[in-house]
Amino acid sequence: MENAQRIIVTVLGRDRVGIIAGVAGVLAEHNANILDVSQTILQEFLAMIMIADISRCTVDLGTLKDRLAEAGRELGVRIDAQHEDAFVCMHRI
Amino acid sequence: MLAFHEILESIQMIQEENLDIRTITLGVSLMDCADADALSACRKAYDKITRCAARLVEVGESIQREYGIPIVNKRIAVTPVALVAGASDATDYTCFARTLEDAASAVGVNFIGGFAALVHKGVTRSDRLLIESLPAALSETERVCAAVNVATTKAGINMDAVALMGRVVKETAARTADRDGIGCTRLVVFANAPEDNPFMAGAFHGVGEPECVVNVGVSGPGVVKRAVEKMPRNADMGLLSEKIKKMAFKITRMGEFVGREAARRLGVPFGIVDLSLAPTPAVGDSVAEIIEAMGLERCGGPGTTAALALLNDAVKKGGAMASAYVGGLSGAFIPVSEDAGMVRAVAAGALSLEKLEAMTSICSVGLDMIAVPGDTPAETIAAIIADEASIGVVNHKTTAVRIIPAPGKKPGDRVEFGGLLGGAPVMAVSRFSPAGFIARGGRIPAPVQSLGN
Repeated sequence: MENAQRIIVTVLGRDRVGIIAGVAGVLAEHNANILDVSQTILQEFLAMIMIADISRCTVDLGTLKDRLAEAGRELGVRIDAQHEDAFVCMHRI
Repeated sequence: MLAFHEILESIQMIQEENLDIRTITLGVSLMDCADADALSACRKAYDKITRCAARLVEVGESIQREYGIPIVNKRIAVTPVALVAGASDATDYTCFARTLEDAASAVGVNFIGGFAALVHKGVTRSDRLLIESLPAALSETERVCAAVNVATTKAGINMDAVALMGRVVKETAARTADRDGIGCTRLVVFANAPEDNPFMAGAFHGVGEPECVVNVGVSGPGVVKRAVEKMPRNADMGLLSEKIKKMAFKITRMGEFVGREAARRLGVPFGIVDLSLAPTPAVGDSVAEIIEAMGLERCGGPGTTAALALLNDAVKKGGAMASAYVGGLSGAFIPVSEDAGMVRAVAAGALSLEKLEAMTSICSVGLDMIAVPGDTPAETIAAIIADEASIGVVNHKTTAVRIIPAPGKKPGDRVEFGGLLGGAPVMAVSRFSPAGFIARGGRIPAPVQSLGN
């Protein structure tokens, strides 16, 4: 797991049509492979997490983050992408 | 595989509860920069700092970007300048302070620590020159941080140095009178100063340290506060402690991770994680508010010392397990001006200088960022330093004083330093004079190490 190039994409905001499509579109466009998706809807709010492999991604993580954030602005939600290691270190001994 | 709620928890800690890495501090040894010619020494120091720290800011920013963890400050700590400058012909060390300022500016860091002297047992010629240069050095620079260690548990308290520092603090305030004495916000007087502290203003690179090292200071009072608030009001002390330990573990893990990554990218060894809860003036990022969330009406009221002792101990227990190497100051910080909850407590009359002194006996790090009236005599400042140093010396811990006698200000007036330094009401100081005690000079002997009651 240590050497995997996996990122965690989090989407938070008001639910609407096309959020998953929008995020998945950006990832596909840059050759990031979606490994897992889970989501929950609390009242009208959406919390979605995607895990993606970026080892064959065509752009660097910084650029990918910018593209995702841009898509988030169009969709009216907040999208972050972070390297998985930061989460693993915090929650696993 | 990570659980959904774990990922959301991390995101919430960062986005809503101000979890961040407070500082990545690069320690750089300047021992090999000593030179008989002061100009050459300055040039060597400038070259070495700018070479070692050339990529510090860039590395910090790239880690922040890739891992989504805010890294608030990138800073540098150097060998105490009094040890390096002593070989030179300089009689005024302000030139060394300007060199540090220029180097910090060149690599883009906001603070550089190590304009320092270690005088706990005695003062060398070089130490004296550095201390005498402090008011000019601090008023003529913006980024240079100074520290003077006046006491250790092994050596006792150098009261000659304490008296001298009382006068230096006053003069530094006078030299920066137009900005409420802001020079004093970058001057720390220590007892038992740690050699690997990443936090300003007291950071310096100790003589036992390697050539270059990365130390990390974490933050996260907001995370702990929110966790305490979410607990039932009847949760007992054991449950509170357990909860704080868990949060401290998570916060510290993040620090450990970032520190190791920064060290790897910079190609230098990783030193320590400083387990401190460091507040900022931001709303909710307050140690005082954690204490209040535990059930006290105001920080500073009865029960505050006990609540802080529980908090401090739980932070250390949780943090110690999260990191292979813990060091620096490691404890909850209780600076006044940098903590909105502390400021409120002072303004409400709940928190006095005397209560703060009691609180410093059970946590990091001392009387920190305290504004006092501008007419407070130098002897009184010295005596406050001596009191604080004695708490550190007797209890085998680090204590420090960062006090600002704000020129022209009276108790209840406000001072404003801006940014992370914040602002605070001026606190009242006892009017009874310690002048006769301070005038004696000499050294308070080291305390006995056995007979421990």
